[in-house]
Amino acid sequence: MGLKTALAGVAEIAASVLVVVAFTTLVLLVAGAPPLDTFAVLVKGSLGSWSKLSHVIKVWIPLTLASCGLLFTFKAGLWNIGVEGQVMMGAVATTLAMRMGGPSPLAGMVTALALVAGMAGGALWALCAGFLKTKAGVHEIFAGLGLNFVSQGLVLWLIFGPWKQPGIASMSGTETFDERLWIPSIEALNLSPAALGMAVAAVIVTAYLLSSTRLGLYLRAVGGNEKAAVLFGLKPHAVMTAAMLCAGGLAGLAGAFQVSGVYHRLIPAISSGYGYLALLVVLLAYYNVWAAPVVAFFFACLNTGAIQLPMLLSLDSSLSGVIQGSMVIAALAVHSVSTRSRRSRG
Amino acid sequence: MTIALRSIHKHYGDIRANDGIDLVLRPSTVHGILGENGAGKSTLMKILSGYVRKTSGTILVDSEEVDFKNPAEAASHGIGMLYQDPLDFPPLTVLENFMAGQRMKAWPDRSLFRKRLAGLCREMGFDLDPETPVVRLTVGERQQLELARHLAAGRRVLILDEPTTGISSLQKDVLFSALRRLSSGGATVVLVSHKLEDVETLCDEVTVLKKGRVSGSAVRPFSTGALLEMMFGREPAPPLRKGHEPGAQALFLEGVHAHGGRTGLAQCTVKVNRGEVVGLAGLEGSGQDVFLRVAAGLTRPTRGRVHVSRKDMTGRDHHAFKTMGVAFQPAARLEEGLIAGLSVAEHCAILERSSFSLDLDASASLAQERIQSFQVAARPESPVESLSGGNQQRLLLSFLPDDPVLLLLENPTRGLDRESVRWVWERLDAIASNGAAIVFSSSEIDEILMVSDRVLVFFEGRIIHDVRPEDTDALMLGKAIAGRV
Repeated sequence: MGLKTALAGVAEIAASVLVVVAFTTLVLLVAGAPPLDTFAVLVKGSLGSWSKLSHVIKVWIPLTLASCGLLFTFKAGLWNIGVEGQVMMGAVATTLAMRMGGPSPLAGMVTALALVAGMAGGALWALCAGFLKTKAGVHEIFAGLGLNFVSQGLVLWLIFGPWKQPGIASMSGTETFDERLWIPSIEALNLSPAALGMAVAAVIVTAYLLSSTRLGLYLRAVGGNEKAAVLFGLKPHAVMTAAMLCAGGLAGLAGAFQVSGVYHRLIPAISSGYGYLALLVVLLAYYNVWAAPVVAFFFACLNTGAIQLPMLLSLDSSLSGVIQGSMVIAALAVHSVSTRSRRSRG
Repeated sequence: MTIALRSIHKHYGDIRANDGIDLVLRPSTVHGILGENGAGKSTLMKILSGYVRKTSGTILVDSEEVDFKNPAEAASHGIGMLYQDPLDFPPLTVLENFMAGQRMKAWPDRSLFRKRLAGLCREMGFDLDPETPVVRLTVGERQQLELARHLAAGRRVLILDEPTTGISSLQKDVLFSALRRLSSGGATVVLVSHKLEDVETLCDEVTVLKKGRVSGSAVRPFSTGALLEMMFGREPAPPLRKGHEPGAQALFLEGVHAHGGRTGLAQCTVKVNRGEVVGLAGLEGSGQDVFLRVAAGLTRPTRGRVHVSRKDMTGRDHHAFKTMGVAFQPAARLEEGLIAGLSVAEHCAILERSSFSLDLDASASLAQERIQSFQVAARPESPVESLSGGNQQRLLLSFLPDDPVLLLLENPTRGLDRESVRWVWERLDAIASNGAAIVFSSSEIDEILMVSDRVLVFFEGRIIHDVRPEDTDALMLGKAIAGRV
């Protein structure tokens, strides 16, 4: 039985990959690009050298953080589309904290506090969506989507208004922070062990919370059957709010890293779309804590590898998005087809 | 059109919903199909209308053998069914619903359909405004619309499943006279009902089903006694009640009205004392479900007050009721009672609510205890959805608190065999002897008579009878359930 299920799982993954490769090849042929060369560029552009790999890790860190957050809400049966805005608000809160702290002798302290502020910012923003759902009865998808637009507007307003660079407001974002406020990184490797440690810790803590604590059990109970959870003495609204807080906190941390570890300032596209991408990561990982970082790494490779497509093959880098999207759709379709055929076989 | 059903079987696993049914439906006749809940009426009619496929048996339409794979095939033979819950498109208007499913051009001429609808309404005595969205219609009006739609599509066999539930008596009169007119015009009308009164008023011929088989048939004029006997059987229930000493007041509903279910709950005033076992009789969805949920704090009454142990609990939530010692167990096990995806041990862990980190070993051994004492065929790590229905039921019972004030149980023995039912009631009896009040609903009259100290009979959202089992019997209860007080 165990072996059979495992084999079925492997077959499913193989089938999904096959569908995706076939579909992507088709897209490339239609676009008039050589498929094999394109795939080669993607691989070389992401894993071909250490500098490229370090870039992949820089993408992997926020993507993994946001994905971990989403696991909490998905387990509770919530579609936290608002994760994108939560990443942005984390970035805003971190920027605010850094501006207030400034380059003092205690810069390390300011940076740490700014990261905490980022978590708080994301969590508060998630709380808004949570309250809209539990108190006002607005579905979390619509609440989240609306709040995403609000947070994007807020980011733009801050960059062009109160936080504009001296002299001119610019699409390039706010003034770059003093280097002492950046997350410390090893220059030679272009890698921040602290940030990498944060992401790894987030995966481990998430796995622990979801599988071995009362919180995780309650999340799964409410996600599994809200009505029955009430009869078992749980308060679904409180549990959902807790899930939103965890998700928002981790998404906020992802935003904080974007500000303090990648761009060193607030820019209009500060989230890089990692919130939405994290949704795809978790769907493809099938809500599994250990699969999520692997999928996130794969997606990070695609994003990074695609950067060189315009230069080398004059293809748009949005190809990575096409591959990621079709991957998720193919995996979900293959999974549901195989589940259905298994069921009909009895 | 004459329809003959020969030896129809429909099996769901081990359950035989239809177990060899023979039936002939003639034109110009209103044929009643009578029976208790679960007698197999709806299944049989869904087979005839192509909604459900039979396991075996033959259907002859005017001596031609047919085998409907879907409702469209049955419709093409002129067979149409009105379901208990109307199958229409609530956001669309009456006219749009009327047009849906009818032959039309890509840009249909609405005025043509409007005329056709108006004509049908005049003929049938219906009063429908074509531009009203269906969502604003009453159930009775939606039924009229559905009927008009079937007629416009040329259906000559009309099956109506419990059409008089949830409609006003005026609408019922309109419906019945329309059906009579259709029948005298040569249509075959089938009325599925559990209400004696409806059948006696309208039908020319009646077939009674019981436990998936035909238990008898009759033609007008009907004898009420004979029909009741066919519906409920005659065997007296074995009374094994010892009778408990009623204690302090556990539950007091005072003039309660509430929404929900098929009928809601109206003008409900009842007191239940500790130590009492109260059976709620009535056809499924006659208000028992709402009653239990109001008493559990899950549904808030629109009017009236709810007291538990002489404390006013009106408007409080289920958690407050739980603290007062109230426990509720729903009939829909996997939908409302258990959490699919979680194991038996994890269910136990939720109930324990101790430390932040989970001790799954401790929960597993606790689960093992419950499993053993309630004879559940499962392991602690089994996901609850993998358990059979009967085992899920036993598991739910094992989750009941040890020392409750009030147990509210919806069909607590559904899906259990006779021996298990007895065993469960010995348990519950012990809980009642310890001073708990037990209020339960059941579709088995025998069970209610066997274990209750008091029986409340529900009909159309009201309690129409409050009797002791020794002052009544299965036949009298059956009569009351069918609306003949």
